[in-house]
Amino acid sequence: MADFKEISPNASAGEKLTNWFENRFPTAFYEYKKHMSEYYAPKNFNFWYVFGALAMLVLVIQIVTGIFLVMHYKPDAGLAFASVEYIMRDVPWGWLIRYMHSTGASAFFLVVYLHMFRGLMYGSYRKPRELVWLFGCAIFLVLMAEAFMGYLLPWGQMSFWGAQVIVNLFSAIPFIGPDLALLIRGDFVVGDATLNRFFAFHVIAVPLVLLGLVVAHLLALHDVGSNNPDGIEIKANKGPDGVPVDGIPFHPYYTVHDIFMVSVFLMVFSAIVFFAPEMGGYFLEYNNFIPADPFQTPAHIAPVWYFTPFYSMLRAVTDEMMYVLIACVVLGAAMAVVKGKSSVLLKGVILVGAAALVAMMLSIDAKFWGVVAMGGGVVILFFLPWLDKSPVKSIRYRPNWHKAMLAIFVVNFLVLGYLGILPPSNIGGRVAQLGTLFYFGFFLLMPWWSTIGEPKRVPDRVTFTAH
Amino acid sequence: MKNIKQLAFGLILAMGLVAGAQAASGGGIPWDKAPGKTTDQASLQNGAKIFVNYCLSCHSAAFMRYNRLTDIGLTEKQIKDNLMFTTDKVGETMKAAIDPRQAKEWFGVNPPDLTLIARSRAGSGGTGADYLYTFLRTFYRDDTKTTGWNNLAFPNVAMPHVLWELQGERRPVFEERNEHGHVVKVFKKWEQVTPGTMTPLEYDQAVGDLVNFLKWMGEPAQNTRIRVGVWVLLFLGLLSFLTWRLNVAYWKDIK
Repeated sequence: MADFKEISPNASAGEKLTNWFENRFPTAFYEYKKHMSEYYAPKNFNFWYVFGALAMLVLVIQIVTGIFLVMHYKPDAGLAFASVEYIMRDVPWGWLIRYMHSTGASAFFLVVYLHMFRGLMYGSYRKPRELVWLFGCAIFLVLMAEAFMGYLLPWGQMSFWGAQVIVNLFSAIPFIGPDLALLIRGDFVVGDATLNRFFAFHVIAVPLVLLGLVVAHLLALHDVGSNNPDGIEIKANKGPDGVPVDGIPFHPYYTVHDIFMVSVFLMVFSAIVFFAPEMGGYFLEYNNFIPADPFQTPAHIAPVWYFTPFYSMLRAVTDEMMYVLIACVVLGAAMAVVKGKSSVLLKGVILVGAAALVAMMLSIDAKFWGVVAMGGGVVILFFLPWLDKSPVKSIRYRPNWHKAMLAIFVVNFLVLGYLGILPPSNIGGRVAQLGTLFYFGFFLLMPWWSTIGEPKRVPDRVTFTAH
Repeated sequence: MKNIKQLAFGLILAMGLVAGAQAASGGGIPWDKAPGKTTDQASLQNGAKIFVNYCLSCHSAAFMRYNRLTDIGLTEKQIKDNLMFTTDKVGETMKAAIDPRQAKEWFGVNPPDLTLIARSRAGSGGTGADYLYTFLRTFYRDDTKTTGWNNLAFPNVAMPHVLWELQGERRPVFEERNEHGHVVKVFKKWEQVTPGTMTPLEYDQAVGDLVNFLKWMGEPAQNTRIRVGVWVLLFLGLLSFLTWRLNVAYWKDIK
């Protein structure tokens, strides 16, 4: 509890006003210092460090445009499609609000993917930032749910059939699946009940969770401090005033920096909103301009681009692929028993576990394991802090072949995404299967491969040239 | 490192193969490029006239209000006097003259609403306008069909050739070609059976105007969108310059 501070009667009006507020709401002043003017961030941030701020900007865009859309949108299977066209035609500037929201959805995933890639490059998930990473992964997962449910609302053909396909996946879960799918849909097919509950989740439930997680993500970050491209702890080297010598106050230095990058981002964003809102059918799918028709299945149902890498993993798990996966489980268990340094008891547990898993893999339909692969592709990200055993954080000081590994990971992810857009094909399916194996291999074998090779010497101070 | 390069090369190669297979499986015939710009008001007005005279008998445009036609340079009086047949309220949406149940009986399907047709028919072959421009120009006589008409861009379409008086009757000439060991029929050229009231050039022009109108109707705000967009980008360009200088001014201190 701060003491009441008297101010000299000769002080200026501005100072008096500040003093008045500070005496009555000291928390605001304290938090401003903690998170802005006295939050010391490393001075060597590069281009890649802007995407967190941009993700926050897009979140605000989505919330504000979303509020205005809800004013005119009708969550009713009979009216939804027409109400979106009403927004596009009759609501003043409605088209702008709608395009900002639809482009915002894609932009959100774009900046979040780039933000995650930054973390992957510089080891931002490593100790002591594991929780920051976990909150971030949770944000990604919740964002996927938000986007998926939002996509049903325009009630076009792709909205309907996309939801139908994805909700049906849940019915592949043994025992509870069919009832779970029924619970999600609220009906035996995607219908008005589904639209209503997805609307409720999309506009209030999920955004609340999302906001809570964003706050947790930021608070946890500001407690441990930001990582940087060198992967050095700046708090290990503090000046006599207790401030890290390589740290600079977030405000004004990174606020002006972010404002500049926000202007540049808005140029790209506006270029899409005003000149290519459909983005060649990737941001707004052509089929979605046809009202939902439960009696007419489109020839090719593709999810929106940001889901396609994981959709590829789902499609990659075929009956044939199951044998490859079983072989991987058997090989992994054998390696753990023969090469591992664990106790006999633990090895026994591994063997029994592997045997049980193989039995399940043989008895349950491949469709279910496809769902497991798709979900696992996201869930495995949560374990990253404990999978990476490299002695250094940043890719800058890792062995060169780690850079190649990361590059292949990125290319592989893009290829999986590209294949997920296309209709199934033989050769595409094979590539997707290979890509899926690589994706999971990258993470599951990381404890092994991340220790191989000679890391470079990490400098004591961050690398920075004045500009 | 060499293995990695090979792997990457293999992936790129695979992507190319997949893309090739994708392009080949389109079906129908390649789409022609639709002429016309949605800023050309004369073309849009002519398109609107053809639309209400020929299309609106069976198809609706349920999200399109008659008075929105003021955006393409018509007055409400002009719209009322020349373009409205099913209603006398200029704020009404464009409903079809036909009873949907009758339509279903006659054609086997309900004629689709045309408000968004130019947006929904886009695909890997081109824009929705390209498709419509091709579709409306490739009807031909086919006595095996109940309507007596068939279409090259949309084989076995339920719709008869509504504009046949303008175009006249035509017949496609196919050529047999040997492709990968089996014989395929490839479209070669058109043969005019009976002349229409328009020359082929006039007909293409008229269909071009109609398609241009359909494209505009899919998103009536599109001209505004582009006009506003230019100003927005100019503003953001200036803002980016100022914020860049602001950033540089602050960061001078950081050594």
